[in-house]
Amino acid sequence: MSAMQKLMGWVDDRFPLTATYKAHLSEYYAPKNFNFWYFFGSLALLVLVLQIVTGIFLTMNYKPDAALAFASVEYIMRDVEWGWLIRYMHSTGASMFFVVVYLHMFRGLMYGSYRKPRELIWIFGVLIYLALMAEAFLGYLLPWGQMSFWGAQVIVNLFAAVPFIGEDLSIWIRGDYVISDATLNRFFAFHVIALPLVLIALVAVHLVALHEVGSNNPDGVEIKKKKDPNTGIPLDGIPFHPYYTVKDIVGVIVFLMVFSAILFFAPAMGGYFLEAANFVPADPLKTPEHIAPLWYFTPFYAILRAVPPLFGSQFPGVLAMGLSIVLLFFLPWLDRSKVKSIRYRGPIYKVALALFIVSFVGLGYLGLLPSTPIATLFAQIFSVIYFLFFLLMPWYTSIDKTKPEPERVTG
Amino acid sequence: MKRFKTLLFILLAAPVAALAAGGHSVPLDKAPVNLSDNESLQRGARMFVNYCLNCHSAGYMRYSRLQDIGLTEDQIKENLMFATEKPGETMEIAMAKRDAKTWFGATPPDLTVISRSRGADWLYTYLRTFYRDDSRPTGWNNLVFDKVGMPHVMWDLQGELAPRYVKHGEHEVLEGLDLVKPGSVTLAQYDAMVGDLVNYLVWMGEPAQQQRKQLGLIVLAFLAVFFVVAYYLKKEFWKDIH
Repeated sequence: MSAMQKLMGWVDDRFPLTATYKAHLSEYYAPKNFNFWYFFGSLALLVLVLQIVTGIFLTMNYKPDAALAFASVEYIMRDVEWGWLIRYMHSTGASMFFVVVYLHMFRGLMYGSYRKPRELIWIFGVLIYLALMAEAFLGYLLPWGQMSFWGAQVIVNLFAAVPFIGEDLSIWIRGDYVISDATLNRFFAFHVIALPLVLIALVAVHLVALHEVGSNNPDGVEIKKKKDPNTGIPLDGIPFHPYYTVKDIVGVIVFLMVFSAILFFAPAMGGYFLEAANFVPADPLKTPEHIAPLWYFTPFYAILRAVPPLFGSQFPGVLAMGLSIVLLFFLPWLDRSKVKSIRYRGPIYKVALALFIVSFVGLGYLGLLPSTPIATLFAQIFSVIYFLFFLLMPWYTSIDKTKPEPERVTG
Repeated sequence: MKRFKTLLFILLAAPVAALAAGGHSVPLDKAPVNLSDNESLQRGARMFVNYCLNCHSAGYMRYSRLQDIGLTEDQIKENLMFATEKPGETMEIAMAKRDAKTWFGATPPDLTVISRSRGADWLYTYLRTFYRDDSRPTGWNNLVFDKVGMPHVMWDLQGELAPRYVKHGEHEVLEGLDLVKPGSVTLAQYDAMVGDLVNYLVWMGEPAQQQRKQLGLIVLAFLAVFFVVAYYLKKEFWKDIH
């Protein structure tokens, strides 16, 4: 026995190192037919790590103080060694996190990855998405620019729309009557400690649940149904390591090329990743002409604005916005189709999904624009389609004419 | 699947096209930004300390950073530093914010990152379109920033412009600006000077941006090489699958 084997033996007697490695990498059997859409899970993990690491370095020079925050960000951009790189990695990473997560979720919708037995993976995933939205919202206050301030003002005011307790609730969240130093400090605490812990824990359970039931695939058939009688290994499964680790490296490089192209040549992305108005320090006395959230929130913001106020209260809009996210949790039980993957679904689901994507992207676009009657009308149409996609799903998925699923994956 | 994608595209394109109409009220002139032109940046820096840095600060910008545009510390000290002794200090001003607010109606904004909030073209147009307006306390108004609190600081250079109105039915519409009193330089020279100033403001907004783009090329080149290696590694491993 070599010294290395002895050491491993010593560790394995005390900690399941080899067993864990086998269960999650070298003997975790993933379907061999993963396509382009299956890169985004591992990419999301990569961006999470990137955000945590760059975030740690940013906190070394950032000052969570209303009088110093804006200047400390400029200090990072100018005087801290490689500060501009770290800050741009973090700001680009924030938007790219949502890019990969949206594509990851779209993959789930296309191939029915939320269906039995993966309901909990999906629910954990939606929770991750919620935590990520909270994390992004909290972090956006920290540069203390005009959009930071007024964006937070608008969002916290949504809580004020809750009947009876709303006003007190919003004061409790802010720790003040307006967005202030107290708000900045608590948002900082949540952004750098609380939410990252929640995110990491949720990602861990997301992966544990995934590795318990095994990955879905573009055909939506269960590879565990056809196992090699001698070894018990799924016939269409291949070990995650080395096959998908080497494949994911290729995906990572392509992703990093896109990421770098943005980071080094257009870090503000024309105002979509870093808004121009956020280069003006927060001024509680000067409301900007046009307040829009960052692009990844705009679909929900558009839903909020599409719902007309009731008795002067914005609450119906807030409720609709909340509902638009809550509905995601029920997806596994709303879908009654006999098949999982879009490859074997009938035309109704394909049209429904296309309409849903158009509505979601359309809402995202409208959420960026100032409110006009024509934009509101479009937002209302898209919002209705968004909700009908979920609410009518039990009906249209059960009458849809599906094609028979294959016995094995189709390469 | 292909039909699905086509459908998606058509459904997506239609409403976007329908809503894409609309735009800016005053067309902005294109600013001649060239960050590799150190002479222009240096001329811009001189304009900046002479004309802007009395009412406006650049509180996140250190004088010593001007070495990045080809100036020596002595040159900076002798030609550009009027208010402070140490090149490591930031470009602060002596005017108190409260006084400024009383005098101008609003505190003149810090200009360190003004190019990032306003954009180069806006600044370039703004600084060239002050016109005479006796209804304003300062006697000046601006084409892209109506009722601006700032007077035309560089009037001695540009001269005085007056608005030219045309009748559109019942309304009088501002059509353009005419030079009524020439300044110490021609309008073309003035445009070039403002061009230098805006160039400097863009540079000051993010002094690391040239370095950023250079590094970007190296990073992308590295990733391209890495991609080839990773791609063939993947191919090698996957030979026996399928």
